[in-house]
Amino acid sequence: MKKEQGTKAFNKNSLGHLYSWPMGLWFTIFFVVPLAIIILYSFLKKGLYGGVEWVFSFNAYKQMFNPNYGIVLMRTLKISFISTLITILIALPCGYAMARSKIQTFLLFLVIIPFWTNSLIRIFAWMSILGNDGFINSLLMQVGLTKEHLQLLYNQNAVVLVSVYMYLPYAILPIFTAIDRFDFSLLEAARDLGSTKMGSMLRVLLPNIKSGVLTAIIFTFIPIFGAYTVPLLVGGKDSYMIGNIIVDQVNKTRNWPLAAAFSMIITVLSTFGVLWMMFSSKKEAGLKTKKEGGK
Amino acid sequence: MSNNPFNGLIARINKKKPSSEPARHAKRAYQKKHFSLSFMVLVLTLFFLFIPLFVIIAYSFNEGKSSSFTGFSLMWYKKLFFESDALWTSLFNSFFIALSSAAVSTVLGTIAAIGINWYKFKGKGYIQTITFLPLVLPEVIVGMSMLIFFSGIKLPLGLFSIFAAHTTFCLPFVFLMVLARLDEFDYSIIEASYDLGATERETMFKVIIPAIFPGIMAGFMMAVTMSLEDFVITFFVSGPGSTTLPLYVYSMIRFGVSPVINALSFIIILATILIAFTLRKFLKNIAAAK
Repeated sequence: MKKEQGTKAFNKNSLGHLYSWPMGLWFTIFFVVPLAIIILYSFLKKGLYGGVEWVFSFNAYKQMFNPNYGIVLMRTLKISFISTLITILIALPCGYAMARSKIQTFLLFLVIIPFWTNSLIRIFAWMSILGNDGFINSLLMQVGLTKEHLQLLYNQNAVVLVSVYMYLPYAILPIFTAIDRFDFSLLEAARDLGSTKMGSMLRVLLPNIKSGVLTAIIFTFIPIFGAYTVPLLVGGKDSYMIGNIIVDQVNKTRNWPLAAAFSMIITVLSTFGVLWMMFSSKKEAGLKTKKEGGK
Repeated sequence: MSNNPFNGLIARINKKKPSSEPARHAKRAYQKKHFSLSFMVLVLTLFFLFIPLFVIIAYSFNEGKSSSFTGFSLMWYKKLFFESDALWTSLFNSFFIALSSAAVSTVLGTIAAIGINWYKFKGKGYIQTITFLPLVLPEVIVGMSMLIFFSGIKLPLGLFSIFAAHTTFCLPFVFLMVLARLDEFDYSIIEASYDLGATERETMFKVIIPAIFPGIMAGFMMAVTMSLEDFVITFFVSGPGSTTLPLYVYSMIRFGVSPVINALSFIIILATILIAFTLRKFLKNIAAAK
């Protein structure tokens, strides 16, 4: 078989199919079909002993309007919102400092190393730091600041803290990449034109790294929104989240339609997030080419 | 696929992008200042990121089982190497699944990236979209949908179901890494190779693969890491006799922790740092040889 030469995008259909469809088929079988089953299940009735009955119904969605689930949904939103906000506020100066540094590769390395330790082991380490006879409590008691154990673990604050910890690198990396690409002469220009340091950051740097920040937000918010392990291990009764509901419905109550309905909500939310992200980075790319074309 | 926000990140891993003279000048000027508020935040954040590692290392040398430090001892290392059969089995399972699923996803992802980048064909948009979606869906949903799917087709849960699930969530990473590398690929070298009389197969194995090899390697390493790390999806699709390391750690956390796990973590941390440093040199050599 001789290839058409000279152009980058070949028009020969057969080879493209041959190369790409093995992966396409794999995703169709192991990702699209399971997701379609979930969508289907969310409109079915719960079977007596787990599983489903093949009867169309909106039961699962009706069950979701239970005020108890409403509370969990609001709580999940609140926890993911606060954690994402803190993560981004920490990640911005970090990404900036890394982009300005001369030892970028080394700093990147330092950010990534902790993530080679299994996440469960890291969560466990936090449990032994925050626990009743954990590191912080024993330190405080030795110093004499408190007489009784401070309840640091098994509450919402612990969930927020550990979530921030777990997703910080996911926020730092895209922000760092965006700032690293940023043309620093623009900041100099802003300062020359009389802007304050903070003003130049907010009005010149921030708009230019918008897509990086958006990526960071999505890659922090969505996983925290669907978190299961963190609220299970460091959260208490007041930090039961949607992820926990889904797993409990699958494994304990065996109400698969309800679990599927909850998954649908998260899927729709994530898809919108991704579309938004793709749309805005496309718009940015479009603007850039326009600017370059106008030169 | 220029609209993918990961490209910048991946491109950075692969190669440094060129920038204009004034931009570089301004950057250097900004790099001159050594101390700043943002740098202080960075140092504190890095410290924050490392806290759990310090705790793990400290407790691995702790004499007692409690979380207060009582004295130095190597007993947990002794226990790890001589009395932890279940742990080693789970570690073996983890590595088996990580290597096999990373290998399969590397092959599938690499050829798919070549197909997507160079050819026009029906269904291209579909493949690109479904590749991106697993990256952003929470693990709980991917895991649950797979569990329901496997129980629907009556596939027994075990090592194979874990392998299938891991391949699915590793594939997008390999695909994107190779795609980013292909974006920077100078297409004229293929033409040069044909002009010099190479056959299609020779061009593939002597020109294309070596040129995109750093991307393939990075994708493979990332797939291995993701697979070793995953708990939630594995939790759904695992069956009896297919405990992986994260599942084993989970059962330990729930039903009484033994500091043996700390000892193991410290060894794993040391090993990964070592591997990373070796690979860095290796990758640099490849880049230099080009």
